[in-house]
Amino acid sequence: MTISRRKFLGFIGAVGSSVVVPTNAQAWQSKAPPEPFGCLIDLTRCVGCRKCEQACNEVNALPKPDVKFDDLTVLDTKRRPDDKTFTVVNRCYCGRLNDRNQLIPVYVKVQCMHCQDPACVSACITGALSKKDNGAVHYDVSKCIGCRYCMAACPFEIPAYEYNDPITPRVRKCTFCYDRLEKEGGKPACASICPVEAITFGKRADLLKHARKRIENDLGKYVDQIYGEKEVGGTSWLYISGVPFDKMGFQKLPSDPMPRLSETIQSSLFSYLWSPLVLFGALGAIMGVTSRRSEKEGKHDS
Amino acid sequence: MTHKSQPVDAPFWTPGTLTMLAFMIAGALTLVVRYTFGLGAVTNLTNQYPWGIWIGLDVASGVALAAGGFTTAFLAHILGKHYYEAVTRPALLTAALGYTFVAIAVFVDIGRSWAIWKPVFYQNHNSALFEVAMCVMAYVTVLWIEFIPVLAERFGGKIAPLAFLNRILDKTMWVFIILGVVLSCMHQSSLGTLLIIAPTKVSVLWYTPLLPLLFLTSAFAVGYPMVIVEATIVTSSLNLDSEMNILTPLSRITILLLGIYMALKIGDVIARNAYLTLLDGSAQSNSFLVEVVLGVIVPWFMLLFGTVRRSRRLLFTAALLIVFGVILNRFNVFVVSFKAPFATEPYYPAIGEILVTTGAVAAIFFLYRVFATYFPVLSIQKQEM
Repeated sequence: MTISRRKFLGFIGAVGSSVVVPTNAQAWQSKAPPEPFGCLIDLTRCVGCRKCEQACNEVNALPKPDVKFDDLTVLDTKRRPDDKTFTVVNRCYCGRLNDRNQLIPVYVKVQCMHCQDPACVSACITGALSKKDNGAVHYDVSKCIGCRYCMAACPFEIPAYEYNDPITPRVRKCTFCYDRLEKEGGKPACASICPVEAITFGKRADLLKHARKRIENDLGKYVDQIYGEKEVGGTSWLYISGVPFDKMGFQKLPSDPMPRLSETIQSSLFSYLWSPLVLFGALGAIMGVTSRRSEKEGKHDS
Repeated sequence: MTHKSQPVDAPFWTPGTLTMLAFMIAGALTLVVRYTFGLGAVTNLTNQYPWGIWIGLDVASGVALAAGGFTTAFLAHILGKHYYEAVTRPALLTAALGYTFVAIAVFVDIGRSWAIWKPVFYQNHNSALFEVAMCVMAYVTVLWIEFIPVLAERFGGKIAPLAFLNRILDKTMWVFIILGVVLSCMHQSSLGTLLIIAPTKVSVLWYTPLLPLLFLTSAFAVGYPMVIVEATIVTSSLNLDSEMNILTPLSRITILLLGIYMALKIGDVIARNAYLTLLDGSAQSNSFLVEVVLGVIVPWFMLLFGTVRRSRRLLFTAALLIVFGVILNRFNVFVVSFKAPFATEPYYPAIGEILVTTGAVAAIFFLYRVFATYFPVLSIQKQEM
């Protein structure tokens, strides 16, 4: 052990302990874009024609499905979006009867919700996923390493994976037709094609007002909730319905954005790397003291 | 007492090493299939369950069990308790091998293995995984740097650059020793932060804001038990001195470290009222009970008794329970507790996943034996005849 080393250890010990813990550890702030686009899905209007599925498939150049889009027997089983399908429509008999005592079906379109503060974006190790100003949660395959943390993090269980590609698998999910949205007047393929106007495209703030008005104008028809207004801090895609959402398999989700706690922990522990630096300093100081002591003892012994 | 590390003088090819080799080959063949037909061909991973045992066991448990490396380095080199130096080299080797295989597991598990370097350049500082990745990357490097003196002791005479590196390290090793402890504290805790982002998908038994702290304290607690397990296996299979004179004091420190973890863990489930569902008979509840009772409480009480700490067999049992408890904890957090809201069937590891995991464990044992045979790792005190 050299003198210089001992001095240096003492020095970094002093520096380390003088680094003050940032007391004004900033409170977590939402990174949601101020004026995102969104889509409002009115489940009382959807007739389950699957035209949106077809449009989505064509616009995104997805593989041809095994069963044709005009074949409605696929509605007999519950489906989820996967690596070849960005959106699916499910049929749900939720207990509502018509005047002849027959169950009335409700059709539920499922796709990425494009959260305002998405868990996947916060989780993504390389930032391959990002929330764009236009509202889309965008995937950049050139940065992706395939860790699938986005899939573990997503509360809606949306990102799907190409598990059978050995070398270049991709994460697949609804793109909010990002490229179309970037063009003036462009809207998502599904919203354009819907023959019954079940999908309304617009600014999220306008859609919320619009949805509120529709509910208030017909309180007998709608349940008083806009799904996606508050869920996980808000989503760009919104739903209104005549049947309570939990009856159709919509999850009850907290109104706190998913990334809030983990980002708070990460930034309070590691902003400016203060804790590793303090720890390094403290350990250096201890090591300086003990090595000096053992050096003395060594001299005594000899 | 002085100790001297020496290469082991025992026949290398034994039924044990041959068995390890067989497991390694099976794992390697599975990887050939994985890189020919994709992850789907060898794993049961789905869009609902994107992480399986390669993350829960190979990565998360692997990192925890390698904690012997930084905990012994802290004790012997930073606190200056030179008495424990005899176990630092084997613990360092275990950590270096362990982390190397953690890195390999990550490499194999990610879909685009060739892109593993990308987080270095595309950084998302909000991602707990980013921090884990950077720390693990740095720490693997630090561990092998710490191992250079061992290599130099054996081959420094023949390979000049090795001797040169060793001379530089003589003056600078303290930086790497401290860095190793700092990096360990950082990513051991951040591994616990990983699932904080998915509150609705993790069972209430394990989901707590304290997860990072629990991961860190359990890593502290498992470090010395891991050294005890490893030393007992090595000394009994190679007929070496049992090293109880070092292991018994290590077990005394473990009472404190495991006690801290136990208090936090039990206090946490009580404070959050999560214990209320413990006796519902579900797989999650039972797995939690086994983890905490068998893996934490029982061995902690065992260690309170001097007879246990001084008995080689009983101490080994207690240490093994602690190691088991931490492995099960990581497995529980990443696999058992994970609730996929829309999954139609549960996740069970596929044969392929198990073969790769057992292959990796076998490879660690095998390489440990290789290093112990050719390099001065183990502190040899031949048993008196």
